[in-house]
Amino acid sequence: MQLRKIKTRHIETHVLEGGAGPDLLFLHGAGGVTPEDPFLNALAAKYHVYAPLLPGYGASDECPEIRDMLDVTLHTYDVAGALGLKKPILAGHSMGGMIAAEMAAIAPNEVEKLCLICPAGLWLDDYPIPDLFAMLPYELPAYLFHDAVAGGKLMTAGMDFSNLEFLKAFLIQNARQMGMAGKLLFPIPERGLRERLYRITARTLLIWGDSDKLIVPRYAQEFKKLIANSELVSIAEAGHLVPLEQTAQTVAALGRL
Amino acid sequence: MKFTWFNLMPWPYLPDDFRKKNRSVWVDIDSTLYDPARGHDVYNDYLDLLEYADQLGFDGVGINEHHQNAYGMMPSPNIMAAALTRRTKNAAIVVLGNSIALYNPPVRVAEEFAMLDVMCGGRLVAGFPVGTSMDTNYCYGQIPALTREKYLEAHDLIMRAWKEDKPFAFNGRYNKLRHVNIWPKPIQNPPPIHIPGGGSVETYDFCLDNTYSYSYLSFTGYIRAKALMQGYWDRLTERNEPDESPYRAGFAQTIVVGETDKEAEDLYKEHVNYFYNRCLHVHAGFADAPGYRTIKTIQTGALSQYAPNMGDLSNLSWKQLLDDGYVVAGSPDTVREKLEFLAKSLRVGNLFCLMHVGDMPKDKCMHSSKLFAEKVMPKMRNIFPEYDNDTRFWAQPLAKRATPAPVDAALKTRQTVAGE
Repeated sequence: MQLRKIKTRHIETHVLEGGAGPDLLFLHGAGGVTPEDPFLNALAAKYHVYAPLLPGYGASDECPEIRDMLDVTLHTYDVAGALGLKKPILAGHSMGGMIAAEMAAIAPNEVEKLCLICPAGLWLDDYPIPDLFAMLPYELPAYLFHDAVAGGKLMTAGMDFSNLEFLKAFLIQNARQMGMAGKLLFPIPERGLRERLYRITARTLLIWGDSDKLIVPRYAQEFKKLIANSELVSIAEAGHLVPLEQTAQTVAALGRL
Repeated sequence: MKFTWFNLMPWPYLPDDFRKKNRSVWVDIDSTLYDPARGHDVYNDYLDLLEYADQLGFDGVGINEHHQNAYGMMPSPNIMAAALTRRTKNAAIVVLGNSIALYNPPVRVAEEFAMLDVMCGGRLVAGFPVGTSMDTNYCYGQIPALTREKYLEAHDLIMRAWKEDKPFAFNGRYNKLRHVNIWPKPIQNPPPIHIPGGGSVETYDFCLDNTYSYSYLSFTGYIRAKALMQGYWDRLTERNEPDESPYRAGFAQTIVVGETDKEAEDLYKEHVNYFYNRCLHVHAGFADAPGYRTIKTIQTGALSQYAPNMGDLSNLSWKQLLDDGYVVAGSPDTVREKLEFLAKSLRVGNLFCLMHVGDMPKDKCMHSSKLFAEKVMPKMRNIFPEYDNDTRFWAQPLAKRATPAPVDAALKTRQTVAGE
């Protein structure tokens, strides 16, 4: 994947781009995405992938003018426009799925194929989503992976929290990224999407890991109920980071669109 | 020097195994540990102590705002302040403060501070903290990355509400009010304003821009505070401010006084230990919501005092607590010597004396406070004589203030009217 920088209204937006095939716009989750991401690279074998980074992610600048769900939704349309994309396949994971769903709901004529991978955006009182913002790094793998031990190793590879310089860099990156994510997800990852999902006309594919402990599979049923033209693909032995844990199956599922 | 007797109002009945069985004293603490009937006595004792501090001649009595917190039982400091307006006479009522981003709309703060200032005859010192991340983000749900913008807007609204004489419209991003016209207005307009800060350059500048006093409220003591306070003074020099009055700054310090050093240790050690072991037990995941602190601030290394890398304070020995300056304890002479060093090295004119610590009972706290007021305070009054006339950062009460009628006199009047 190549890093490309495009001008948007307030800031320069960083976009990871690569591969050949139909255009696919991928919106990352709260953890962000890197050029080495195995899922993006697997997608690039079949699609021309564009993965814009939200402001503050990667090395991109924060954007104080982007404050809420509508700002992010319109910003992402601006990015697609600046990239010259015409009705790409729109896919998003977790927070990115929430944004993708908003885009498809707010301008249904702009999105024909929509893939939501365990999206955020709904809230069920009986299934409260754990508070990602109050977790310490070592607590995360249990919520994010089917295999927490292997996942933990994947997440913390190369990290040394006893090194003060590393800790500081980590905290800065975390503040930039999760500070941005908090505008959509804090303190409850719900911004009224439920009232708008009925507007989606795109053919919608929902992909969910059976072992998702962050946004449990009960939410898949709820999204399926609320989006008219939707289909659910459940993937075994996968947690919330299903694109990382079962990369091939996730890419294959996306092929159904 | 201005001395404010400060009470955080901790819950004194946290069990011995609190730390083991609970992950946090704050935000998601087990609320069944609270007992309202005992709480009645606790509030009564704490208000007695604040009133006693006024009688002892402290310049101010101080209170603050915390939420869902067993070491700070004042979700609404203004309620405590209202109680204090009636039975304190001379001390400034230092509300440090109202987390103004949390009040909806923030004119509520302008109104309540105005009420308090009128009730106490102009004795109010007003604080405008951003609020800790625990309070502001995790308990009160404010979006971390937007908290400061909301705070600054609330500040502008409150100051205008106090100052403008005619109704005005306020079209903010977070507050849309067509008719702002508060009633009553404060006697001191505006009251002196103190801003609790944690080392961000933005807050240094905010204080200097507006002539507010910068307060550092930490529990880690005067030795560790040196770099942070020096940052403030360096910033002041960098900006060529016209004066370096020590009253531009305040500092909170835990202080306990005995007749001798040994008596201080014997009397207070267990209560200090209760505070550092149980009260400061905060889940690190609540310390600093990402986005709450600006990138610039994190880059300077100013992290939350609850961040995991601040180290474990729960097992500090009495000697460590004293040697490292977390606590100033000992005989009046020992305490005076350390506090003089504190005042001069940090250059602070406003000292917030945390004289009630942990589960300290009332009688011990009175003993310590009395020794401080009689044997320490008088000798420290003149540390900064050249700034005696600096009135910008302290309450300027009315010369003639109303006195509440004694309660039994009110009763007699009623009986007379009723013909009993």
